[in-house]
Amino acid sequence: MARQTIEPLLWIMFSAGGVLAALFLPILVLLFGVAYPFGWVAPPAHDRLLSLIAHPLTRLGVFAFCLLSLIHGAHRLRYTLYDGLQIKHLNEVINAMCYGGAIATSIWGAYLLWNVASP
Amino acid sequence: MSVRSDYTLHHPRWLRVRVSTYWWLRRGSYLAFILREFSSVFVAWFVVYLLLVVRAVTQGPVSYDELLRWSATPIVLVVNLVTLLFVVYHAVTWFNLAPQAMVVKVGATRVPGFLIALSNYAAWVVVSAALAWLLVS
Amino acid sequence: MADRITLRVARYRPEIESAATWQDYEVPCPKDWVILDGLNYVKDRIDGTLSYRWSCRMGICGSCGMTVNGEPRLTCATFLRDYAPGPVRVEPLRNFPVIRDLVVEIGDFMRKLAKVKPWIIRAVEKPLSEGEYRQTPDELQDYKQFSMCINCMLCYAACPIYGLDPKFIGPAAIALAQRYNLDTRDEGSSARLEVLSEHEGIWGCTFVGECTRVCPKNVDPAGAIQRYKLQAALESVKSFFMPRGAA
Repeated sequence: MARQTIEPLLWIMFSAGGVLAALFLPILVLLFGVAYPFGWVAPPAHDRLLSLIAHPLTRLGVFAFCLLSLIHGAHRLRYTLYDGLQIKHLNEVINAMCYGGAIATSIWGAYLLWNVASP
Repeated sequence: MSVRSDYTLHHPRWLRVRVSTYWWLRRGSYLAFILREFSSVFVAWFVVYLLLVVRAVTQGPVSYDELLRWSATPIVLVVNLVTLLFVVYHAVTWFNLAPQAMVVKVGATRVPGFLIALSNYAAWVVVSAALAWLLVS
Repeated sequence: MADRITLRVARYRPEIESAATWQDYEVPCPKDWVILDGLNYVKDRIDGTLSYRWSCRMGICGSCGMTVNGEPRLTCATFLRDYAPGPVRVEPLRNFPVIRDLVVEIGDFMRKLAKVKPWIIRAVEKPLSEGEYRQTPDELQDYKQFSMCINCMLCYAACPIYGLDPKFIGPAAIALAQRYNLDTRDEGSSARLEVLSEHEGIWGCTFVGECTRVCPKNVDPAGAIQRYKLQAALESVKSFFMPRGAA
Protein backbone atom coordinates (compact mmCIF):
# COMPACT_ATOMS: atom_id res chain seq x y z
CA MET A 1 0.00 0.00 0.00
CA ALA A 2 2.79 2.41 0.93
CA ARG A 3 4.54 1.61 -2.33
CA GLN A 4 1.37 2.42 -4.24
CA THR A 5 0.80 5.74 -2.49
CA ILE A 6 4.33 7.08 -2.66
CA GLU A 7 4.43 7.35 -6.46
CA PRO A 8 1.34 9.58 -6.72
CA LEU A 9 2.62 11.72 -3.85
CA LEU A 10 6.01 12.10 -5.52
CA TRP A 11 4.28 13.01 -8.77
CA ILE A 12 2.22 15.73 -7.06
CA MET A 13 5.38 17.21 -5.55
CA PHE A 14 7.16 16.87 -8.89
CA SER A 15 4.37 18.79 -10.62
CA ALA A 16 4.22 21.52 -7.99
CA GLY A 17 8.00 21.85 -8.10
CA GLY A 18 7.89 22.01 -11.87
CA VAL A 19 5.42 24.88 -11.87
CA LEU A 20 7.42 26.80 -9.26
CA ALA A 21 10.72 26.16 -11.02
CA ALA A 22 9.23 27.24 -14.36
CA LEU A 23 7.79 30.45 -12.94
CA PHE A 24 10.57 31.55 -10.59
CA LEU A 25 13.87 30.13 -11.78
CA PRO A 26 14.38 31.81 -15.17
CA ILE A 27 14.37 35.35 -13.78
CA LEU A 28 16.46 34.32 -10.77
CA VAL A 29 19.06 32.63 -12.99
CA LEU A 30 19.02 35.61 -15.32
CA LEU A 31 19.68 38.02 -12.46
CA PHE A 32 21.95 36.10 -10.10
CA GLY A 33 23.65 33.92 -12.68
CA VAL A 34 24.12 36.26 -15.61
CA ALA A 35 23.01 39.88 -15.18
CA TYR A 36 24.78 40.67 -11.90
CA PRO A 37 28.12 38.99 -12.83
CA PHE A 38 28.13 40.69 -16.22
CA GLY A 39 27.25 43.98 -14.58
CA TRP A 40 24.15 44.56 -16.73
CA VAL A 41 22.22 45.58 -13.63
CA ALA A 42 23.37 46.29 -10.11
CA PRO A 43 22.69 43.58 -7.54
CA PRO A 44 20.71 44.57 -4.47
CA ALA A 45 22.72 45.96 -1.60
CA HIS A 46 23.46 43.50 1.19
CA ASP A 47 21.10 44.96 3.76
CA ARG A 48 18.28 45.27 1.22
CA LEU A 49 18.57 41.60 0.29
CA LEU A 50 18.81 40.63 3.95
CA SER A 51 15.66 42.56 4.80
CA LEU A 52 13.89 40.97 1.78
CA ILE A 53 14.49 37.42 2.92
CA ALA A 54 14.35 38.01 6.67
CA HIS A 55 10.56 37.88 6.98
CA PRO A 56 9.52 34.46 8.33
CA LEU A 57 6.85 34.01 5.68
CA THR A 58 9.36 34.79 2.92
CA ARG A 59 11.77 32.25 4.38
CA LEU A 60 8.98 29.68 4.58
CA GLY A 61 8.12 30.39 0.96
CA VAL A 62 11.74 30.10 -0.12
CA PHE A 63 12.01 26.80 1.76
CA ALA A 64 8.88 25.42 0.09
CA PHE A 65 10.19 26.54 -3.29
CA CYS A 66 13.55 24.87 -2.67
CA LEU A 67 12.03 21.63 -1.36
CA LEU A 68 9.57 21.26 -4.23
CA SER A 69 12.06 22.26 -6.92
CA LEU A 70 14.59 19.78 -5.55
CA ILE A 71 11.99 16.99 -5.47
CA HIS A 72 11.05 17.96 -9.02
CA GLY A 73 14.66 17.69 -10.12
CA ALA A 74 15.23 14.43 -8.23
CA HIS A 75 12.10 12.78 -9.63
CA ARG A 76 12.92 13.76 -13.19
CA LEU A 77 16.57 12.77 -12.87
CA ARG A 78 15.56 9.38 -11.50
CA TYR A 79 13.44 8.65 -14.58
CA THR A 80 16.10 10.05 -16.91
CA LEU A 81 18.59 7.60 -15.41
CA TYR A 82 16.07 4.75 -15.71
CA ASP A 83 15.24 5.48 -19.34
CA GLY A 84 18.23 7.35 -20.68
CA LEU A 85 20.91 5.05 -19.35
CA GLN A 86 18.70 1.98 -18.89
CA ILE A 87 19.99 1.32 -15.39
CA LYS A 88 16.62 0.56 -13.88
CA HIS A 89 18.05 -2.48 -12.14
CA LEU A 90 19.98 -0.07 -9.92
CA ASN A 91 16.73 1.60 -8.93
CA GLU A 92 17.27 1.32 -5.18
CA VAL A 93 20.57 3.17 -5.44
CA ILE A 94 19.14 5.75 -7.86
CA ASN A 95 16.11 6.44 -5.67
CA ALA A 96 18.26 6.81 -2.58
CA MET A 97 20.68 9.17 -4.31
CA CYS A 98 18.05 11.31 -6.01
CA TYR A 99 15.44 11.71 -3.31
CA GLY A 100 18.00 11.43 -0.54
CA GLY A 101 20.02 14.20 -2.12
CA ALA A 102 16.91 16.35 -2.47
CA ILE A 103 15.90 15.82 1.16
CA ALA A 104 19.44 16.41 2.45
CA THR A 105 19.77 19.62 0.47
CA SER A 106 16.36 20.76 1.72
CA ILE A 107 17.39 20.12 5.31
CA TRP A 108 20.55 22.17 4.73
CA GLY A 109 18.37 24.88 3.19
CA ALA A 110 16.02 24.83 6.18
CA TYR A 111 19.01 25.24 8.48
CA LEU A 112 20.34 28.16 6.44
CA LEU A 113 16.98 29.87 6.25
CA TRP A 114 16.36 29.37 9.96
CA ASN A 115 19.60 31.22 10.68
CA VAL A 116 18.88 34.22 8.48
CA ALA A 117 17.41 36.36 11.22
CA SER A 118 20.28 35.59 13.60
CA PRO A 119 23.62 35.48 11.76
CA MET B 1 3.35 -17.59 -22.77
CA SER B 2 6.85 -19.07 -22.93
CA VAL B 3 9.08 -18.73 -25.97
CA ARG B 4 11.40 -21.54 -26.95
CA SER B 5 14.74 -20.38 -28.21
CA ASP B 6 14.97 -22.90 -31.06
CA TYR B 7 12.85 -22.73 -34.15
CA THR B 8 9.95 -25.13 -34.42
CA LEU B 9 7.43 -25.36 -37.21
CA HIS B 10 4.46 -24.34 -35.10
CA HIS B 11 6.17 -21.85 -32.80
CA PRO B 12 8.79 -19.82 -34.64
CA ARG B 13 11.57 -17.98 -32.86
CA TRP B 14 10.51 -14.36 -32.42
CA LEU B 15 12.98 -11.62 -33.19
CA ARG B 16 13.42 -9.22 -30.28
CA VAL B 17 15.55 -6.20 -31.02
CA ARG B 18 17.23 -4.81 -27.92
CA VAL B 19 16.83 -1.06 -27.42
CA SER B 20 20.18 0.68 -27.82
CA THR B 21 21.60 2.76 -24.96
CA TYR B 22 21.64 5.62 -27.47
CA TRP B 23 17.96 5.29 -28.43
CA TRP B 24 17.51 8.94 -27.52
CA LEU B 25 19.93 10.05 -30.22
CA ARG B 26 17.96 8.35 -32.96
CA ARG B 27 15.17 10.92 -33.28
CA GLY B 28 15.12 14.69 -32.81
CA SER B 29 11.99 14.43 -30.69
CA TYR B 30 13.63 11.88 -28.38
CA LEU B 31 16.69 14.10 -27.96
CA ALA B 32 14.48 17.12 -27.20
CA PHE B 33 12.71 15.01 -24.58
CA ILE B 34 15.93 13.86 -22.89
CA LEU B 35 17.29 17.42 -22.86
CA ARG B 36 14.07 18.58 -21.26
CA GLU B 37 14.43 15.91 -18.60
CA PHE B 38 18.09 16.73 -18.13
CA SER B 39 17.15 20.30 -17.21
CA SER B 40 16.30 18.77 -13.81
CA VAL B 41 20.03 18.72 -13.00
CA PHE B 42 20.29 22.46 -13.60
CA VAL B 43 17.15 23.16 -11.58
CA ALA B 44 18.73 21.35 -8.64
CA TRP B 45 22.07 23.16 -9.16
CA PHE B 46 20.50 26.57 -9.05
CA VAL B 47 18.49 25.82 -5.92
CA VAL B 48 21.84 25.00 -4.31
CA TYR B 49 23.25 28.26 -5.69
CA LEU B 50 20.35 30.25 -4.25
CA LEU B 51 20.93 28.63 -0.86
CA LEU B 52 24.59 29.68 -1.15
CA VAL B 53 23.35 33.23 -1.72
CA VAL B 54 21.18 32.96 1.40
CA ARG B 55 24.16 31.71 3.39
CA ALA B 56 26.40 34.51 2.10
CA VAL B 57 23.79 37.15 2.94
CA THR B 58 23.44 35.77 6.47
CA GLN B 59 27.21 35.84 6.99
CA GLY B 60 27.44 39.52 6.17
CA PRO B 61 28.28 42.05 3.42
CA VAL B 62 31.84 40.74 2.93
CA SER B 63 30.64 37.19 2.26
CA TYR B 64 27.91 38.53 0.00
CA ASP B 65 30.45 40.48 -2.06
CA GLU B 66 32.68 37.42 -2.24
CA LEU B 67 29.81 35.35 -3.57
CA LEU B 68 28.99 37.95 -6.20
CA ARG B 69 32.62 37.95 -7.28
CA TRP B 70 32.69 34.14 -7.33
CA SER B 71 29.62 34.16 -9.56
CA ALA B 72 31.60 36.21 -12.08
CA THR B 73 34.45 33.69 -12.37
CA PRO B 74 34.54 31.95 -15.79
CA ILE B 75 33.52 28.44 -14.72
CA VAL B 76 30.59 29.55 -12.57
CA LEU B 77 29.51 32.01 -15.24
CA VAL B 78 29.50 29.36 -17.97
CA VAL B 79 27.64 26.90 -15.74
CA ASN B 80 25.01 29.52 -14.94
CA LEU B 81 24.68 30.55 -18.60
CA VAL B 82 23.99 26.93 -19.49
CA THR B 83 21.64 26.79 -16.50
CA LEU B 84 19.73 29.76 -17.87
CA LEU B 85 19.25 28.01 -21.22
CA PHE B 86 18.04 24.85 -19.54
CA VAL B 87 15.63 26.50 -17.07
CA VAL B 88 14.11 28.58 -19.86
CA TYR B 89 13.77 25.38 -21.90
CA HIS B 90 12.10 23.74 -18.91
CA ALA B 91 9.70 26.66 -18.49
CA VAL B 92 8.76 26.85 -22.17
CA THR B 93 8.19 23.11 -22.54
CA TRP B 94 6.25 23.01 -19.26
CA PHE B 95 3.89 25.84 -20.25
CA ASN B 96 3.42 24.45 -23.76
CA LEU B 97 2.43 21.06 -22.36
CA ALA B 98 0.05 22.50 -19.76
CA PRO B 99 -2.99 22.57 -22.12
CA GLN B 100 -2.49 18.90 -22.90
CA ALA B 101 -2.30 18.02 -19.24
CA MET B 102 -5.41 19.78 -18.08
CA VAL B 103 -8.94 20.30 -19.22
CA VAL B 104 -10.42 23.55 -17.97
CA LYS B 105 -14.10 24.12 -18.50
CA VAL B 106 -16.10 27.30 -18.11
CA GLY B 107 -19.61 25.99 -17.64
CA ALA B 108 -19.88 23.40 -20.39
CA THR B 109 -17.38 24.86 -22.84
CA ARG B 110 -13.81 23.80 -22.86
CA VAL B 111 -11.23 26.56 -22.65
CA PRO B 112 -9.08 26.36 -25.82
CA GLY B 113 -5.55 25.07 -25.29
CA PHE B 114 -3.72 28.18 -26.39
CA LEU B 115 -5.51 30.26 -23.75
CA ILE B 116 -4.30 27.92 -21.03
CA ALA B 117 -0.75 28.20 -22.34
CA LEU B 118 -1.13 31.97 -22.66
CA SER B 119 -2.27 32.36 -19.06
CA ASN B 120 0.74 30.34 -17.92
CA TYR B 121 3.04 32.61 -19.89
CA ALA B 122 1.25 35.65 -18.46
CA ALA B 123 1.83 34.36 -14.93
CA TRP B 124 5.48 33.85 -15.86
CA VAL B 125 5.80 37.46 -16.98
CA VAL B 126 4.09 38.78 -13.85
CA VAL B 127 6.25 36.71 -11.49
CA SER B 128 9.44 37.63 -13.34
CA ALA B 129 8.56 41.32 -13.37
CA ALA B 130 7.75 41.27 -9.65
CA LEU B 131 11.02 39.52 -8.75
CA ALA B 132 13.03 41.80 -11.02
CA TRP B 133 11.44 44.84 -9.40
CA LEU B 134 12.33 43.50 -5.96
CA LEU B 135 15.87 42.46 -6.79
CA VAL B 136 17.17 45.19 -9.06
CA SER B 137 18.35 48.20 -7.10
CA MET C 1 8.01 12.39 -61.03
CA ALA C 2 9.40 8.86 -61.21
CA ASP C 3 6.91 6.15 -62.06
CA ARG C 4 8.66 3.48 -60.02
CA ILE C 5 10.03 3.39 -56.51
CA THR C 6 12.09 0.92 -54.49
CA LEU C 7 10.68 -0.58 -51.32
CA ARG C 8 13.46 -1.71 -48.99
CA VAL C 9 11.63 -4.27 -46.91
CA ALA C 10 12.86 -5.95 -43.73
CA ARG C 11 12.63 -9.72 -44.03
CA TYR C 12 12.82 -12.12 -41.14
CA ARG C 13 12.35 -15.81 -41.84
CA PRO C 14 13.12 -17.65 -38.61
CA GLU C 15 13.54 -20.95 -40.42
CA ILE C 16 16.57 -19.69 -42.33
CA GLU C 17 17.95 -16.70 -40.41
CA SER C 18 18.33 -15.39 -36.88
CA ALA C 19 18.38 -11.67 -37.71
CA ALA C 20 16.48 -9.38 -40.05
CA THR C 21 17.73 -8.77 -43.58
CA TRP C 22 16.78 -6.22 -46.23
CA GLN C 23 15.22 -7.06 -49.54
CA ASP C 24 14.61 -4.48 -52.28
CA TYR C 25 11.55 -4.54 -54.51
CA GLU C 26 10.83 -2.10 -57.32
CA VAL C 27 7.15 -1.23 -57.54
CA PRO C 28 5.11 1.22 -59.61
CA CYS C 29 4.48 4.59 -58.06
CA PRO C 30 1.18 6.03 -59.30
CA LYS C 31 0.26 9.19 -57.47
CA ASP C 32 -2.59 7.62 -55.52
CA TRP C 33 -0.73 4.55 -54.29
CA VAL C 34 0.05 4.02 -50.65
CA ILE C 35 2.79 1.84 -49.14
CA LEU C 36 0.22 -0.93 -48.69
CA ASP C 37 -0.51 -0.90 -52.43
CA GLY C 38 3.21 -1.32 -53.02
CA LEU C 39 3.37 -4.27 -50.60
CA ASN C 40 0.33 -5.88 -52.20
CA TYR C 41 1.98 -5.47 -55.61
CA VAL C 42 5.07 -7.23 -54.26
CA LYS C 43 3.00 -10.05 -52.78
CA ASP C 44 0.88 -10.49 -55.92
CA ARG C 45 3.51 -10.19 -58.60
CA ILE C 46 7.07 -10.31 -57.27
CA ASP C 47 7.43 -12.29 -54.06
CA GLY C 48 4.52 -14.19 -52.61
CA THR C 49 6.49 -15.13 -49.50
CA LEU C 50 6.36 -11.61 -48.04
CA SER C 51 4.22 -11.67 -44.87
CA TYR C 52 2.36 -8.67 -43.43
CA ARG C 53 -1.01 -7.76 -41.92
CA TRP C 54 -3.63 -5.55 -43.54
CA SER C 55 -7.39 -5.41 -43.86
CA CYS C 56 -9.60 -2.40 -44.47
CA ARG C 57 -6.99 -0.30 -46.34
CA MET C 58 -8.81 2.83 -45.20
CA GLY C 59 -7.39 3.64 -41.77
CA ILE C 60 -10.02 2.16 -39.47
CA CYS C 61 -9.02 -1.43 -38.71
CA GLY C 62 -5.58 -0.69 -37.29
CA SER C 63 -3.94 -3.77 -38.86
CA CYS C 64 -1.36 -2.29 -41.23
CA GLY C 65 0.90 -0.37 -38.82
CA MET C 66 4.58 -0.59 -39.79
CA THR C 67 7.76 1.45 -39.49
CA VAL C 68 8.22 3.54 -42.65
CA ASN C 69 11.59 5.32 -42.89
CA GLY C 70 11.92 5.01 -39.13
CA GLU C 71 8.49 6.40 -38.34
CA PRO C 72 5.47 4.37 -37.14
CA ARG C 73 2.75 4.79 -39.75
CA LEU C 74 -0.39 3.15 -41.11
CA THR C 75 0.79 1.86 -44.48
CA CYS C 76 -2.69 2.35 -45.93
CA ALA C 77 -2.50 6.05 -45.10
CA THR C 78 1.04 6.77 -46.25
CA PHE C 79 1.53 7.78 -49.86
CA LEU C 80 4.42 6.38 -51.89
CA ARG C 81 4.82 9.66 -53.78
CA ASP C 82 5.80 11.41 -50.52
CA TYR C 83 8.93 9.25 -50.42
CA ALA C 84 9.98 9.65 -54.05
CA PRO C 85 12.60 9.03 -55.36
CA GLY C 86 13.03 6.44 -52.58
CA PRO C 87 14.09 3.89 -51.51
CA VAL C 88 11.46 3.59 -48.78
CA ARG C 89 12.43 1.50 -45.77
CA VAL C 90 9.55 -0.65 -44.56
CA GLU C 91 10.12 -2.48 -41.28
CA PRO C 92 7.86 -4.12 -38.72
CA LEU C 93 6.44 -1.99 -35.90
CA ARG C 94 9.10 -1.27 -33.28
CA ASN C 95 9.03 -2.45 -29.68
CA PHE C 96 7.20 -5.67 -30.50
CA PRO C 97 8.73 -9.12 -31.10
CA VAL C 98 8.76 -9.97 -34.80
CA ILE C 99 7.13 -13.25 -35.75
CA ARG C 100 7.98 -13.07 -39.45
CA ASP C 101 8.86 -10.33 -41.95
CA LEU C 102 6.53 -7.43 -41.11
CA VAL C 103 4.27 -9.35 -38.71
CA VAL C 104 4.67 -8.56 -34.99
CA GLU C 105 3.45 -10.33 -31.88
CA ILE C 106 0.55 -8.37 -30.41
CA GLY C 107 -0.46 -10.62 -27.51
CA ASP C 108 1.04 -8.30 -24.90
CA PHE C 109 -0.95 -5.37 -26.26
CA MET C 110 -4.20 -7.35 -26.35
CA ARG C 111 -3.77 -8.49 -22.76
CA LYS C 112 -3.10 -4.96 -21.60
CA LEU C 113 -6.27 -3.66 -23.22
CA ALA C 114 -8.28 -6.26 -21.32
CA LYS C 115 -6.51 -5.42 -18.06
CA VAL C 116 -8.08 -1.96 -17.83
CA LYS C 117 -11.61 -3.41 -17.86
CA PRO C 118 -12.76 -1.67 -21.04
CA TRP C 119 -16.50 -1.95 -20.49
CA ILE C 120 -19.17 -0.01 -18.63
CA ILE C 121 -18.99 -0.98 -14.97
CA ARG C 122 -22.01 -0.20 -12.86
CA ALA C 123 -22.91 -1.23 -9.32
CA VAL C 124 -26.50 -1.78 -10.40
CA GLU C 125 -27.72 -2.05 -13.98
CA LYS C 126 -30.86 -0.15 -14.82
CA PRO C 127 -33.71 -2.53 -15.73
CA LEU C 128 -34.72 -2.44 -19.37
CA SER C 129 -38.16 -1.11 -18.47
CA GLU C 130 -36.57 2.12 -17.21
CA GLY C 131 -35.24 2.89 -20.66
CA GLU C 132 -31.84 3.90 -21.98
CA TYR C 133 -29.02 5.74 -20.22
CA ARG C 134 -29.14 9.34 -21.39
CA GLN C 135 -26.12 11.42 -22.17
CA THR C 136 -25.89 15.02 -23.34
CA PRO C 137 -23.66 15.96 -26.30
CA ASP C 138 -21.31 17.69 -23.81
CA GLU C 139 -21.02 14.51 -21.76
CA LEU C 140 -20.21 12.64 -24.95
CA GLN C 141 -17.51 15.16 -25.83
CA ASP C 142 -15.76 14.48 -22.52
CA TYR C 143 -14.68 11.02 -23.64
CA LYS C 144 -15.36 10.87 -27.38
CA GLN C 145 -11.80 11.60 -28.41
CA PHE C 146 -10.54 8.59 -26.43
CA SER C 147 -13.12 6.32 -28.04
CA MET C 148 -11.61 6.91 -31.48
CA CYS C 149 -8.68 4.54 -30.91
CA ILE C 150 -8.36 1.88 -33.63
CA ASN C 151 -5.84 -0.22 -31.68
CA CYS C 152 -3.19 0.22 -34.35
CA MET C 153 -0.31 0.18 -31.80
CA LEU C 154 1.59 3.02 -33.47
CA CYS C 155 1.70 4.71 -30.04
CA TYR C 156 3.38 1.66 -28.50
CA ALA C 157 5.90 1.63 -31.32
CA ALA C 158 6.66 5.30 -30.72
CA CYS C 159 6.79 5.16 -26.94
CA PRO C 160 10.41 4.89 -25.72
CA ILE C 161 9.21 3.88 -22.24
CA TYR C 162 7.40 0.84 -23.64
CA GLY C 163 10.45 -0.01 -25.69
CA LEU C 164 12.62 0.05 -22.59
CA ASP C 165 10.17 -1.68 -20.25
CA PRO C 166 7.60 -3.96 -21.90
CA LYS C 167 5.79 -4.19 -18.58
CA PHE C 168 4.61 -0.59 -19.04
CA ILE C 169 0.89 -0.70 -19.64
CA GLY C 170 1.17 1.82 -22.48
CA PRO C 171 -0.68 4.75 -24.06
CA ALA C 172 -3.62 3.07 -25.78
CA ALA C 173 -4.58 1.05 -22.69
CA ILE C 174 -4.61 4.15 -20.48
CA ALA C 175 -6.54 6.18 -23.06
CA LEU C 176 -9.03 3.32 -23.25
CA ALA C 177 -9.39 3.35 -19.46
CA GLN C 178 -10.04 7.07 -19.60
CA ARG C 179 -12.68 6.54 -22.30
CA TYR C 180 -14.64 4.59 -19.71
CA ASN C 181 -13.68 6.62 -16.63
CA LEU C 182 -14.98 9.79 -18.26
CA ASP C 183 -18.17 8.15 -19.53
CA THR C 184 -21.06 9.30 -17.35
CA ARG C 185 -22.68 5.88 -17.60
CA ASP C 186 -19.64 4.24 -15.98
CA GLU C 187 -19.03 3.82 -12.25
CA GLY C 188 -15.84 1.82 -12.49
CA SER C 189 -13.06 4.38 -11.86
CA SER C 190 -11.92 2.77 -8.63
CA ALA C 191 -11.95 -0.68 -10.21
CA ARG C 192 -9.53 0.54 -12.87
CA LEU C 193 -7.45 2.62 -10.46
CA GLU C 194 -5.64 -0.35 -8.97
CA VAL C 195 -4.39 -1.56 -12.35
CA LEU C 196 -3.39 1.90 -13.50
CA SER C 197 -1.70 2.89 -10.22
CA GLU C 198 0.89 0.16 -10.43
CA HIS C 199 4.38 1.33 -11.07
CA GLU C 200 4.13 0.06 -14.62
CA GLY C 201 0.82 1.82 -14.97
CA ILE C 202 0.53 5.54 -15.46
CA TRP C 203 3.52 6.35 -13.23
CA GLY C 204 5.94 4.88 -15.73
CA CYS C 205 4.96 7.55 -18.22
CA THR C 206 7.23 10.58 -18.40
CA PHE C 207 5.13 12.54 -20.90
CA VAL C 208 7.44 12.13 -23.87
CA GLY C 209 4.45 12.88 -26.07
CA GLU C 210 5.49 10.72 -29.02
CA CYS C 211 2.34 8.63 -28.74
CA THR C 212 0.12 11.63 -29.44
CA ARG C 213 2.35 12.74 -32.30
CA VAL C 214 2.03 9.46 -34.22
CA CYS C 215 -1.63 8.69 -33.47
CA PRO C 216 -3.55 8.58 -36.77
CA LYS C 217 -6.86 9.26 -35.05
CA ASN C 218 -5.89 12.23 -32.82
CA VAL C 219 -6.76 10.33 -29.68
CA ASP C 220 -4.06 12.20 -27.71
CA PRO C 221 -3.16 9.38 -25.33
CA ALA C 222 -0.46 11.55 -23.71
CA GLY C 223 -3.12 14.05 -22.71
CA ALA C 224 -5.32 11.26 -21.37
CA ILE C 225 -2.47 9.97 -19.22
CA GLN C 226 -1.46 13.35 -17.81
CA ARG C 227 -5.03 14.27 -16.93
CA TYR C 228 -5.53 10.92 -15.30
CA LYS C 229 -2.35 11.29 -13.22
CA LEU C 230 -3.75 14.16 -11.17
CA GLN C 231 -7.05 12.38 -10.66
CA ALA C 232 -5.35 9.13 -9.68
CA ALA C 233 -2.83 10.89 -7.42
CA LEU C 234 -5.52 12.67 -5.46
CA GLU C 235 -7.56 9.47 -5.27
CA SER C 236 -4.58 7.42 -4.01
CA VAL C 237 -3.57 9.95 -1.39
CA LYS C 238 -7.18 10.38 -0.26
CA SER C 239 -7.72 6.65 0.13
CA PHE C 240 -4.52 6.36 2.12
CA PHE C 241 -5.65 8.93 4.65
CA MET C 242 -9.30 7.92 4.66
CA PRO C 243 -9.53 4.23 3.86
CA ARG C 244 -13.06 3.26 2.97
CA GLY C 245 -13.65 -0.21 4.38
CA ALA C 246 -13.17 -2.97 1.84
CA ALA C 247 -11.60 -1.75 -1.42
